[in-house]
Amino acid sequence: MAECHPVGFQWVVEARERGAKVFHIDPRFTRTSALVDRHLPIRAGSDIVLLGALINHVLTDGLDFREYVLAYTNASTIVSEHFRDTEDLDGLFSGFDPETARYDPSSWSYEGAGQEAAAGVRAEQLEGGARHAEAAGAEQYGSGGAAMSARPPTDPTLRHPRCVYQILKRHFARYTPETVEEVCGISREAFAELAEAITANSGRERTTAWAYAVGWTQHTVGAQYIRTASILQLLLGNIGRPGGGILALRGHASIQGSTDIPTLFNILPGYLPMPHAHLHETLDDYLAHAGPDTGFWGRKRSYMVSLLKAWWGESATEDNDFCFGHLPRLTGDHSHYTTVMEQIAGTVKGYFVMGENPAVGSSGGRAQRFGLANLDWLVVRDLTLVETATFWKDGPELATGEMRTEDIATEVFFLPAASHVEKEGTFTNTQRLLQWRHKALDPPGDCRSDLSFSYHLGKRIRQRLSGDEIDRPLRELTWDYPEEGERAEPSAEAVLREINGVGPDGRALSAYTELQPDGSTRCGCWIYCGVYAGEVNQAARRTPGREQNWVAPEWGWAWPANRRTLYNRASADPEGRPWSERKAYVWWDAGRGEWTGYDVPDFEPRKPPDYLPPDGALAEEALAGTDPFIMQADGKGWLFAPAGLADGPLPAHYEPHESPLPNALYGRRANPARRTYHSPHTPYNPPESPRFPYVLTTYRLTEHHTAGGMSRPLAYLAELQPELFCEVSPQLAAEVGLENGGWATIVTSRTVIEARVLVTGRVTPLRVQGRTIHQVGLPYHWAWGGGGLVTGDVVNDLLPVVLDPNVYIQEGKAATCDLRPGRRPAGRALLDLIREYHDG
Amino acid sequence: MRRAEQAMVPEAEFRSYYGQPIIKPPIWHEPHMPVYLYLGGLSGAASVLAAAAGVTGHRRLALATRLTAVAGAAAGAGFLVAELGRPERFLNMLRVFKPTSPMSMGSWILAAHSGLAGLAAVAALAPHLPDSAATAVLRFSPVAVALPAAGDAAAAAAALTGPLMSTYTAVLLADTAVPAWHEAHRELPFLFAGSALAAAGAAGMLATPRAQAGPARAAAVLGAAAETVAGALMERRLGMLAEPYRVGKAGRRMRIARALTAGGGLLAVVAGRGRALTALSGLALTAGALFTRFGVLAAGRASAADPKYTVVPQRRRLDDRAPASAETPG
Amino acid sequence: MAERMGFFTDTSVCIGCKACEVACKEWNDVPDDGFVFRATSYDNTGGLGADTWRHVAFIEQPRRGPEEPGGREGSKGPPGPEGAEGQGVEGWLMSSDVCKHCTHAACLDVCPTGALFRTEFGTVVVQEDVCNGCGYCVPACPYGVIDRRERDGRAFKCTMCYDRQLGGLEPACAKACPTDSIQFGPLEELRARAQERVERLRGEGRPQARLYGADPDDGVGGDGAFFLLLDEPEVYGLPPDPVVTTRDLPAMWRWAAGAALCLVGATALSFLGRGGNR
Repeated sequence: MAECHPVGFQWVVEARERGAKVFHIDPRFTRTSALVDRHLPIRAGSDIVLLGALINHVLTDGLDFREYVLAYTNASTIVSEHFRDTEDLDGLFSGFDPETARYDPSSWSYEGAGQEAAAGVRAEQLEGGARHAEAAGAEQYGSGGAAMSARPPTDPTLRHPRCVYQILKRHFARYTPETVEEVCGISREAFAELAEAITANSGRERTTAWAYAVGWTQHTVGAQYIRTASILQLLLGNIGRPGGGILALRGHASIQGSTDIPTLFNILPGYLPMPHAHLHETLDDYLAHAGPDTGFWGRKRSYMVSLLKAWWGESATEDNDFCFGHLPRLTGDHSHYTTVMEQIAGTVKGYFVMGENPAVGSSGGRAQRFGLANLDWLVVRDLTLVETATFWKDGPELATGEMRTEDIATEVFFLPAASHVEKEGTFTNTQRLLQWRHKALDPPGDCRSDLSFSYHLGKRIRQRLSGDEIDRPLRELTWDYPEEGERAEPSAEAVLREINGVGPDGRALSAYTELQPDGSTRCGCWIYCGVYAGEVNQAARRTPGREQNWVAPEWGWAWPANRRTLYNRASADPEGRPWSERKAYVWWDAGRGEWTGYDVPDFEPRKPPDYLPPDGALAEEALAGTDPFIMQADGKGWLFAPAGLADGPLPAHYEPHESPLPNALYGRRANPARRTYHSPHTPYNPPESPRFPYVLTTYRLTEHHTAGGMSRPLAYLAELQPELFCEVSPQLAAEVGLENGGWATIVTSRTVIEARVLVTGRVTPLRVQGRTIHQVGLPYHWAWGGGGLVTGDVVNDLLPVVLDPNVYIQEGKAATCDLRPGRRPAGRALLDLIREYHDG
Repeated sequence: MRRAEQAMVPEAEFRSYYGQPIIKPPIWHEPHMPVYLYLGGLSGAASVLAAAAGVTGHRRLALATRLTAVAGAAAGAGFLVAELGRPERFLNMLRVFKPTSPMSMGSWILAAHSGLAGLAAVAALAPHLPDSAATAVLRFSPVAVALPAAGDAAAAAAALTGPLMSTYTAVLLADTAVPAWHEAHRELPFLFAGSALAAAGAAGMLATPRAQAGPARAAAVLGAAAETVAGALMERRLGMLAEPYRVGKAGRRMRIARALTAGGGLLAVVAGRGRALTALSGLALTAGALFTRFGVLAAGRASAADPKYTVVPQRRRLDDRAPASAETPG
Repeated sequence: MAERMGFFTDTSVCIGCKACEVACKEWNDVPDDGFVFRATSYDNTGGLGADTWRHVAFIEQPRRGPEEPGGREGSKGPPGPEGAEGQGVEGWLMSSDVCKHCTHAACLDVCPTGALFRTEFGTVVVQEDVCNGCGYCVPACPYGVIDRRERDGRAFKCTMCYDRQLGGLEPACAKACPTDSIQFGPLEELRARAQERVERLRGEGRPQARLYGADPDDGVGGDGAFFLLLDEPEVYGLPPDPVVTTRDLPAMWRWAAGAALCLVGATALSFLGRGGNR
């Protein structure tokens, strides 16, 4: 966190000064480790074992926050008798189809739930390219989770063998301190210290927080890493309470914003799922599958209709399904890597790349560049001429002779972009806090904001539209933002106001609860409704901390409804009283008959704690006064996820796709549902291969930003970390023959790169399964061009393209490699070396 | 980061930041700075010789040393200016008079000394110059009348600035954080004074008929002896800080300097007997004086470049000061 | 003169982000220091100089076995699993170095042009329009801070953002520091705060915590920019007992005067008994 979020890390430093005990779990001793109480070096890719063992520790010793767990989680819920755990099937859950390597999640459902409620979309129903037809199970749910009954059968004694609590106990029983030592390389003593610290620091009086970044997400089991942490935090009562939670440290400014108003293929603004071709012909079809009818997702019609009204305005009417037919449709997986494979296959012809540098920043860079080289046209918008825009004249494949400039027909358009100080708008941070930025100066020359580019591109396209039916969706689009200044910059505030939404009177709405299903309200993103409440840009508020309470509700604006901590109903006990004075946050004021506190209650303000829903109630009315997780169908925190995940209702440890070791826990080595591609451009290292004996992990340095497009051209940053280097332990350096300051060559099946050597005791060999496992660390900021003052080989070229099946994130944090002393060969000789490894 | 010292001070172990120097090495360039040090010393001592020669009636020696003094000062000033990062701002040296800055004092000394040496030289030279438009002013009666007296007065005054010219450069070097210089601040002035005298004596020997060069030879002998003794004393007292004067490039230079100076000094004793001997001695002494300056500069650099010379003496100083409260062994 | 202002750099909370280095360069328009991979932990700028006015040092402290004495405080790592091969590191020290703005500043003392001067804030600043690049300040500094920029010819160092201070702003490095490792303020206040801090750290079992440059009676009369260190100063590249060189200047002049007299005496001796030919 100190490495990549130094500004945010100041709060960790302050917390520690105020007595917090801070652990850092990372393969390497980093700048974060230097400032914490305890650093635990871990083998990359083994975190579920560590977290699972913590869960086991909590369950075995009865250390869970029982009152919280009983009232607020699904611990007592009884699961279908058809469910089979990994304990029963040696590493598989029930419902696995080995043919397609997909799960049918229907057997994971609660007892008594209809099978179809949890059923995923079947691939066979879909058409399109072979890969595009691979419908994902998870992407259809949005943030709503799967449809589920609000009142499933339960056993409050937690004794029923099929209740979630008992399933958890059985499932995690094999996650012991001994397996932690065997699999993670963390000693039993260190584990005991961690377990003692987090359990002692949870309960009524205290809370523990977990923070993670892409070290947790970039794995074939990445989503399950977060799930494991969620289970632990729910068991300890650390969700919805001050000082608790699981904090995702995002990789860039406003990454949160880019999923809220998504740049993802499978969701619409506010985590509404993207409609599917054929399955979702009409709005009603769509809403039937777009999440549960109970909890706040029960209002999904209001959210969707208001979105359609924001986009198609007067054209959207009840009679024409509010132009639902105008929305584009999914035919399957259109995620980043699938798109690249389709580029190589020739089915994707054009590509917009905005503020991204996939030729350097994505795994398996060779595949990326072969995809780019096979396009008809490519638009790159960035601050500098990044490698994605220049691969055709200076990419590494030209040096190896695999590409020739004259053979590349891609027409490349480079459009210079304005930087963040040259435009206005909001950043949304990981706390869901929108903060308005003012423009400091005009962008130079032809540089323009993304907003300006998108808006004016849209205007020009609309000028060229025909009267044909096919152009109707674009013709009827509301595309009329006020333009400002000589450069006709569209007003970002007008966009924000559109996102906020307006009522029938044309005035800005103040809360998403005002949204209507009848087309009388418009809202560009339901969760952002209220950011322009009272016609005021709430995101631009900057009331100093000393002039408000410690939650600082008047600094910026947090979605939803300016709530700073989600599910904060859980900060009070079932009767609505704070769990303790020390941890008081939101509570029920019986005298006034409403919820109150330091934060905006994430609950209906006048629903009393003893409210019980009547039969057949819908939306939030179906949830009781003790159901804090208001977006879930049953209002509970899900220890067991009866649906919504593509690879199991519970986390299980699987080795990374490329690992030097077998799975010590189950017969299944790697995540059975992981996504692989069989492309000659991204081959895989064989598992447990002696040719690739070392664990490779990648990361960022404070001094640079991601693929380096924003930092390599800046002298003041480039000089601080001028060359690509690999971090190796003294023991590994001795084994391979590397010298500090010298050169190393790193080999995977994908490619060969060279890096300077930094021999450091901050990387330690781990003793795992009776073997010494060496880890090689590589920061990935360098490449050959991009206007960089410093250059280096592309680390991501080493990585395999293998994905988490839920969110299609690549496994960038754990792979295997070989290491050799000295510089790499160049040209053809480089390919010969790779071939040598292939042929063994 | 930790390394045992070499054999000289076997007990000292010290820690450093990747072996990087703690202080910055002097940035002065070669040959500018050592040549200036040599020329300044030469000029200063030559002025003293000139005054003495004037008083004692050694006319040729007086003329030669007066010319040596002005030549040394002028050339030295040239090297000094060339050494500046912003030579065009040379005169900024004379913005302030700053006793805490040997460089400031030196600038004033150099300015005064050059002026005096120049006047003395012009006065001495005037009678020997052919008539020309340029020299007409020297023939103009008030000037012609006043010049010899002014020249003698200037020569006498230069005998006061001269010794300072020869020795202030030792303070210039010693008044730094460079360990091998700072800790040598007692002996360095004697080393430089001796070297200056030897150099001036050598110049006098070389530029004066042997018959009149007796005092110059004597001065050369005394100077060489003083330089040799001062150097030996310095190295003995410096302890581990003598190492930079003994090893590496500086060590080689200092050894050559010592040999040349001692040899030149010994030869000077008998140099009166022949032209070749005079030339040999004079050149040896001159080269010795130059090598001394190059050697001292290199030794300073070497002592700045190795953190050992900064850390070990300071650490000892601290330990001596507080022996009871010794820190945890680090 | 206004109140003397200073820096207190508390290295116990430095996270080595180098924001101070960058902010300093941005504000003061300091050029880059070259692009050299040094293989010295995460330090690639080496040290303070004409082109680096704030410099973050990185020191990896190797873990010591039980047989080695002097294990340090704040051991971070767990005992390894049985048979663990990695010794690892015990700590990773980071420290942002800067010009010390000494009470008795050698650079200022020896500057022959008056380019270096003491400001109303008690700081030491080079006037770039006066400096003639004589370079004398460079070896005079006992900390190796100031240096000459060769392509420019003048000497440069930290000004403690004199211009920002004149405008009532804190220096750029302190402003940018996310963890308040760099604190700026009236020196007396900072010294008191630092004393409390070092006592607290020692009380928490970090006996190696010590203040550096905070003592007004040290060889430079105390630093205007002082530090809380977690190891000996030389480990950070700092001199353990710096002394302003001009403290010995009167003695130096005396020795020089003695030498000058000897030169005169020796000259007189050379002429003794030798008549001229007037």
